[in-house]
Amino acid sequence: MEPLIIDNLKIYKPDKNLELIKKIGLLILGIGVIMLLVSLTGVSAIAPTLFLFLSFGLSIIGALTYCIPVYKEAPPGIKNNKIFFNSFTSKGTIAWFVGIIITGFYVLLYWFPNLLENWIRLLDSISYSFRGIKSDQWFLYGTFYTLAILVMGIKMIIKYRHNRYQIIRTLSVMFFQLGFAYLIPAILLKLNQPEFYFSYFWPLKYHYLFPGTVKGLFSSGGIGYFMIFWGVVMTFIATPILTYFYGKRWYCSWVCGCGGLAETAGDPFRHLSDNSLKAWKIERWMIHSVLVFIVITTALLWINSAMKGTVLGNSSLAFSKTYGFLIGSVFSGIVGVGFYPIMGNRVWCRFGCPMAAILGIIQRFKSRFRITTNGGQCIACGNCSTYCEMGIDVRAYAQRGENIVRASCVGCGICAAVCPRGVLNLENGNPNERYNLES
Amino acid sequence: MELLVIIGNGIAGITIARNVRKQHDMKITVISSESKYFFARTALMYIYMGHMRFEDTKPYEDWFWEKNRIDLVYAHVDRIDTDNKLLIMNNGETINYDKLVIATGSHTNKFGWPGQDLPGVQGLITLQDLKLLEENTKDIKHAVIIGGGLIGIELAEMLHSRNIHVTFLIREYYYWDNILPKEDSQLICKEILQHGFDLMLKTNLKEILAGENGRVRAVITDEGDEIECQFVGLTPGVHPNIDVVKDSKIETGKGVLVNEYFETNISDVYAAGDCVEIKSNREGGRNRFEQLWYTGKMHGEALANIICGNRTKYDRGVWFNSAKFLDIEYQTYGFVSNVQREGEKTFLWQDSDMKHSVRIVYKEDDNSIVGVNVYGIRLRHKVFENWIKEKKTVSYVVHNLREANFDPEFYKNYEPAILEEFKKQNPEMENSILNENTFA
Ligand SMILES: Cc1cc2nc3c(=O)[nH]c(=O)nc-3n(C[C@H](O)[C@H](O)[C@H](O)COP(=O)(O)OP(=O)(O)OC[C@H]3O[C@@H](n4cnc5c(N)ncnc54)[C@H](O)[C@@H]3O)c2cc1C
Ligand code: SF4
Ligand code: SF4
Repeated sequence: MEPLIIDNLKIYKPDKNLELIKKIGLLILGIGVIMLLVSLTGVSAIAPTLFLFLSFGLSIIGALTYCIPVYKEAPPGIKNNKIFFNSFTSKGTIAWFVGIIITGFYVLLYWFPNLLENWIRLLDSISYSFRGIKSDQWFLYGTFYTLAILVMGIKMIIKYRHNRYQIIRTLSVMFFQLGFAYLIPAILLKLNQPEFYFSYFWPLKYHYLFPGTVKGLFSSGGIGYFMIFWGVVMTFIATPILTYFYGKRWYCSWVCGCGGLAETAGDPFRHLSDNSLKAWKIERWMIHSVLVFIVITTALLWINSAMKGTVLGNSSLAFSKTYGFLIGSVFSGIVGVGFYPIMGNRVWCRFGCPMAAILGIIQRFKSRFRITTNGGQCIACGNCSTYCEMGIDVRAYAQRGENIVRASCVGCGICAAVCPRGVLNLENGNPNERYNLES
Repeated sequence: MELLVIIGNGIAGITIARNVRKQHDMKITVISSESKYFFARTALMYIYMGHMRFEDTKPYEDWFWEKNRIDLVYAHVDRIDTDNKLLIMNNGETINYDKLVIATGSHTNKFGWPGQDLPGVQGLITLQDLKLLEENTKDIKHAVIIGGGLIGIELAEMLHSRNIHVTFLIREYYYWDNILPKEDSQLICKEILQHGFDLMLKTNLKEILAGENGRVRAVITDEGDEIECQFVGLTPGVHPNIDVVKDSKIETGKGVLVNEYFETNISDVYAAGDCVEIKSNREGGRNRFEQLWYTGKMHGEALANIICGNRTKYDRGVWFNSAKFLDIEYQTYGFVSNVQREGEKTFLWQDSDMKHSVRIVYKEDDNSIVGVNVYGIRLRHKVFENWIKEKKTVSYVVHNLREANFDPEFYKNYEPAILEEFKKQNPEMENSILNENTFA
């Protein structure tokens, strides 16, 4: 009996050419990274544009050349093959190495920006073109950040090309990062307006509702009023309403930049999140403590400001500075991003983000959002729990046929994507029926 | 205190232990020689493919068992002495019981092929099999899989993930066509080919040949073809593991014989899961084997109630099952026979991409649905269960399919295309639907 043949069938076979293209991509990426390092020494000053291309440009081209052909390797579908064998994605040596590099970058960025001077200068031409001023360390950071989301976003879309929810959601985070967190603030600067991020609100951008910021915006007239208005409306009106209708996902995995990075650059590490009961306990303590801290800080600052500084003197400033250092820098940056390859991609979102805490409380107690489980179809395989970046033991619910209503769920939809039996579905529906099955 | 001993920590045994604990204070011991802790057998493939680690396949954290006072014994039971209510372990120790459950699972079928016990030839059921598979497939290029059931296609996918070329040898005309209707199997055959496997249909294994090193070198088919390979996966189905009851007074057929209360012929001895053969309650009826994760769980839930004194008959309800054939998800509700039965008709829709398909089987006389097979689209279990119970007509179902859709948000809606096709195939039914909807 001959092997069965069906005409006109696209057959996926190991392809030498693809391997070659991927290797070339890696090579170009490697050159780009080396040129980045070379630029640090300052030689790039001789030909800034050339070096900008050689470093940033080649890195992007290389990364895309590496990840785009992947779609030709295998038919669309969940292919998490070898994730736990790969040193990079299973806390091996490479993972630690990359973790240390990223952490090191944050250390330089926060405390020794002058060491990054040559990189910052590399971006001057771009900075002038749409910000109208020279580049600084935060522009450098923003550029890296946005590029990471865009490039890895493309990779994410290719990986989940069979899943429209993932595609649209990824396009959304790419859009908000590029537009709202990169271009608009830059253009505002160019127009001599206050730099403002319309996609971040108090309490994530805690100082947006601090008296100092508000007073500053007041003084910049029309657009400043709008910014204050926007901040207040988004925090106190839009957030509860949107979360009621769609769950916290409308923000955490569709809009937010931290979430955006986690969902794109962080995607290869989502399975590293600890899903033990103990981790859940720690999470609840930590995240709510941060929220309480930021609420108290904000309140104190306003009281202090109302009493013209007589209550706390300068200590309230110290208070907020402490927060900025501990939570804003160390936690969200170093632990939050630097430790992606070690602790998973949502450490900050899960343990530290005060915005996530508020969204979570609303989601848990008053929302139409839930993850529905499909009757008895669960085979307890554990893909959902393993790939849940928030460390939720999804399987524990699915096995019992119970819906998942959890404060921390960011609605990334990956649990539903990796489930081999179609057990899970993210849904918005009648909030009174959300714990049990429909009908 | 009364002591319940369960042999086997699979889904059946563990479900019994957990559900008894929820209702009762008796002492519970679960014995297994496979692993100390319960893990999901269904996830073995994902360990090999690197999607998960073994730890990730354990549905409960290790502290769970002590907290719920379920004693775990990691050892092998050799024999059961029902007269003295005693288990004899392979290390010579004995364990007493007041009530005993046998939930020992399955073994791989072997049909006496020459060479079936050669090194490099194996089935896949246990963790030990998985370890062996790691060794057997190290640095090999070509594997042959014999028998195309659910485990066969999983094994093929596993090997493929390690860049091992797979040849699938299937006795049937099409993949799994003793269960799936022809067009459905063809859809899966296409999927198999698309992944780059060789598929040899209507082909039997004749012999497995050894090379100079004593390991498998090739297989010979009944047509005389010789296929070079360094590994042979045997997946022509499973049969109940009844080793431990063989020398006891417990009655067996192919499996441990039980009635619909999971009681064996010996009082206080029960059995559940893959290892049982459920006696038909009809004269001359066929005994049942239910060798699935879902049925193991349902057996466990039912038997736990029975052990706790609520002796109600096992009723598995409307049948359902699901699987994933490479990238195509499959669900079935109710009963869909591989060849259309007397008095039944079929509505079939297949998308042109051959990745999505719906088949609804219904009764000829009143058009009420009997079952559904669906590929590439997720359906709501509850909705279909109700529709089948309520004997909804096929046209009602096709018109209301959206209600049963369980695909993620933004997915393509196939319902209009399905309805279109239905109208084309059954123009006469369209007239009656209006009346029916008003009563629904
Ligand atoms: C690779 C694979 C994939 C599968 N996928 C699916 C699927 O997708 N969906 C589905 O519905 N079903 C699936 N199944 C079938 C499903 O896993 C089984 O039906 C189910 O696990 C049976 O559970 P059980 O509790 O009856 O037995 P088991 O899980 O087999 O447990 C029996 C346990 O008893 C132990 N044991 C036996 N004898 C002794 C002894 N004498 N002393 C001590 N311990 C002993 C065994 O070592 C074993 O650990 C799959 C099976 C396999 C092998
Ligand atoms: S439960 Fe699912 S949707 Fe929610 S965060 Fe975890 S993986 Fe994402
Ligand atoms: S991935 Fe699906 S089948 Fe597996 S444990 Fe989770 S819900 Fe159950």
